[in-house]
Amino acid sequence: MKTTLHLKLNGRDAALEVAPHARLLDVLRDVAGLTGAKEGCGEGECGACTVLVDGRAVNSCLFPALEAEGRSVVTIEGLAGAQGGLSSLQQAFVQEGGAQCGFCTPGMVMSAAALLSANRDPSDDEIRDALVGNLCRCTGYAQIVASIRAAAGKAGAP
Amino acid sequence: MSNPHFVGVETARPDAADKVSGRTQYIHDLAVPGMLWGAIRFSDHAHARIKHVDTSAAEKLPGVEAVITGYNTPEVRIGFVRDNFALKRDKVRQFRDEIAAVAARDPETARAAAALVRVEYEPLPGVFSLQEALAPGAVLVHETDAKGRPRKDNLVPVRFAHHSGDLEAGKRASKHIVEGEYRVPLIQQSCMGTAGCIASFDTRGNLTLIAKTQIPFLAQKDFNRALGALGLEGRNTRVVVPALGGGFGTGLDTHAYEYIAMLLAWRTGRPVKILYNREEEFAYLSPRQSATARIRQGCDANGKLTFREIEVTQDNGAYTSWGATFPSVMLVPATSLYRVQNISFESKIVYTNNTYCQAMRGYGNPEITWPIESSMDELAELAGLDPVEMRLLNSNQPGETTPMGLKITTCGLQECLERTAAGLNWKENRGKRRNVKRGFGLAGLINVAGGGKIYRSDGSGIILKPDDYGNVNVSYGGVEMGQGLHSVLALTIADTLGVRPEQVIVNQTDTSTCPWDVGTHASRGAFMACNAAVMAARKLKARLLEWAEEIFPVEVEEALAKARKHPGFKEPDFDWRGNCRPGCFELSDGILTIKGAPAVPELQVDFARLLRAIHFRRQGGGTTFAEEAFYEPPTELPDWEKGIGNMSATYAFGAQGVEVEVDEDTGEVKILRLVAAHDVGRVLNPQTLKGQIYGGLAQGIGYALYEEVLTDKGRILNPGFTDYKLPTAVEMGFPIDVQLVQTNDPEGPFGAKGVGEPGLVPTAPAIANAVYDAVGVRIRELPITPEKVLKALQEKRRR
Repeated sequence: MKTTLHLKLNGRDAALEVAPHARLLDVLRDVAGLTGAKEGCGEGECGACTVLVDGRAVNSCLFPALEAEGRSVVTIEGLAGAQGGLSSLQQAFVQEGGAQCGFCTPGMVMSAAALLSANRDPSDDEIRDALVGNLCRCTGYAQIVASIRAAAGKAGAP
Repeated sequence: MSNPHFVGVETARPDAADKVSGRTQYIHDLAVPGMLWGAIRFSDHAHARIKHVDTSAAEKLPGVEAVITGYNTPEVRIGFVRDNFALKRDKVRQFRDEIAAVAARDPETARAAAALVRVEYEPLPGVFSLQEALAPGAVLVHETDAKGRPRKDNLVPVRFAHHSGDLEAGKRASKHIVEGEYRVPLIQQSCMGTAGCIASFDTRGNLTLIAKTQIPFLAQKDFNRALGALGLEGRNTRVVVPALGGGFGTGLDTHAYEYIAMLLAWRTGRPVKILYNREEEFAYLSPRQSATARIRQGCDANGKLTFREIEVTQDNGAYTSWGATFPSVMLVPATSLYRVQNISFESKIVYTNNTYCQAMRGYGNPEITWPIESSMDELAELAGLDPVEMRLLNSNQPGETTPMGLKITTCGLQECLERTAAGLNWKENRGKRRNVKRGFGLAGLINVAGGGKIYRSDGSGIILKPDDYGNVNVSYGGVEMGQGLHSVLALTIADTLGVRPEQVIVNQTDTSTCPWDVGTHASRGAFMACNAAVMAARKLKARLLEWAEEIFPVEVEEALAKARKHPGFKEPDFDWRGNCRPGCFELSDGILTIKGAPAVPELQVDFARLLRAIHFRRQGGGTTFAEEAFYEPPTELPDWEKGIGNMSATYAFGAQGVEVEVDEDTGEVKILRLVAAHDVGRVLNPQTLKGQIYGGLAQGIGYALYEEVLTDKGRILNPGFTDYKLPTAVEMGFPIDVQLVQTNDPEGPFGAKGVGEPGLVPTAPAIANAVYDAVGVRIRELPITPEKVLKALQEKRRR
């Protein structure tokens, strides 16, 4: 028994056939084919599945897909710069070494994007607070924080 | 190579753009046409006889393609002492023992069917602590060894020891002696990307395994042996390594789930994927060992070390992985961190009915640096010396050979200690901030940094294959798991060959296309890969420059002829023809030219054009290129029972120091700042190098303050990040000062040493030493939780 979910997905109208109890993460990965959001824990602790729903960072592993009805969902695949390449936030992650194994990276970038759209020039403490729901085992967070600091205040961010 | 201009420069990683875009494909993202999903039925008991397994209900579930058990599949043995089995028969020895497995159309059906397998057990008493397992008459975890001979005790049959000098004479020469027992907990590697694989067979019985592994070639060997058990002797395993969501030692062994995927794929004739979720990763993937170490060491009246005596007992769990050999690495600091002559090191590795353990970054070194460096501070206090002075007095020096036979080439320990102390204003601060419950602590380290020989070869092969478009395709058998291996490979090849880093493309690691490598562990990745790359790139460059003598004049004549058609063209003021001879050509940044020639386009041959001109040679008889090199470091396989042998081509040193604040009401330890000074030989890419140190530090801090897998009679109580605490960005929100000490090692590629593990080695004792400085209590058991600190403070007040 499937139902149709209507939403704006990465800026385009989409209609997806989903099971009523489906998690947004599974719908994004398995139905929409957007595998950028990762499942790191499935219980909202690690943040690897972070996406934006109406501009707010949510753990898509805890978010019922049908709750996205009529709303705007942006995944890592939906971030892009003016010319369609990397956004300035993504470029900053590249330049500052914000990714190592990269598994947490899409979620980190999305949490950072939500932060920067609410606060153009966050302090280091505000950056760290915004990342408290995103675990990383590789980087020790130093270069992730540096990436977000570098992107802050830049034109076009996030 | 004389004048590198890419090596040493802060450079973005080649894999970064895909990672920040969500395009990188991990095992989680991969599917193969026709693929089934596997799920495993694990034991309900820590120790029990299996009386009966009933798979009928599981088989009837719609969507199930196969249900296998140890009774209807050939026996597949796992592990280097062959004490483990892909699927268990007769007996389970830990909660995570694999009893049955299912292949089904989707993961939900597979898991549901696995739960329908009915198992009847006869529960047995178990052993869950070192004391229980070592007690006379203890229940045996394994009643027989791999050859079926009866076993008498719960000791794993491997021995690592070292005895040198005269221990009793050392004790007699001591003015001060300290003694203590130190513990480290079971911890989880916590890769953000959980474990998984896809196994598939061709019709001839060859296996392809897409595996989250750090040892593709040893895995190939393991699986080829397993194919033999299926009656497929002589067939081959191709191991393909996808992007890894972290490794940290979890990929150093082959795992039961991988063999189960193989068995299910063979049974069904279809590809089978097994992917652990987080709870399964915690409950069913091997963590890092817990261990207890007794240390005694002494010094003379001047503070010179006189002897060191260590006994380590390690809880192995129910089966043996390579992680059981942690004491092989403990030998390095035990014998060689600081100058000490009279040494005794003994280790016991003990079977219990706890979850079996495996490797993790640092591999025994943090476990043993913890007691050594805690004890160094205690000894300094007894001797009335400052802890830094005490360490400087006993510091290793370049050119020395240690009691283990380690040949120390370059050694930056002294400078690392001095820079760490300077970074903390040690003299002004240590011991002087107790009124505000602030303390300063420091610890040093030694680590293998030029390979770590634990196998008959510690070598690495590499193939460089340029193509017609100026790309250099690299086939390397080691594994990029996030550390930045591909970045430093690209920089090394670019500088050595004379191309730009973006022209270097490192291919996916695949045993069918890459030369052999022993595995990416022991901080050896960059050291081995880049040494092999330098050898291969030099060979390739020499061949290209030979061809240049023929190609360059033809290409330049053509370019000049074209240029002359343009009015106003001026002939280059350079006798290029006269300089077209061996030794005069230069390849740099992807441009072939003649040394000293003016930088005009007509006198430059682009790398791609050069390659095409050789390939499609006008006179015929052209060629394509590939160059292979195999680097075997100048090391020895130690005699493990004697603990002697120069196992690495060079050694990394370092020191870390911290300022902490201890809340005496809550027992909470807060890190205020940290200095990490590391002897890295030479920097290949500052960005990825610092990434290794920052990341290592976070793991060191997790080990020191937060992390512990809790168990009750073998059952894991906290299988998830809700109750297993990893440091977050907030816990890591203190200033970190990374100091890179460059000792330019003669065996290192461009002088570099391995840097993968040192970042987490001395962190815990540095913090414990700082806690002691702040509030006068010595914590000897990790993690240093508020409860332990409070308890120690209460005991101190009672005294």
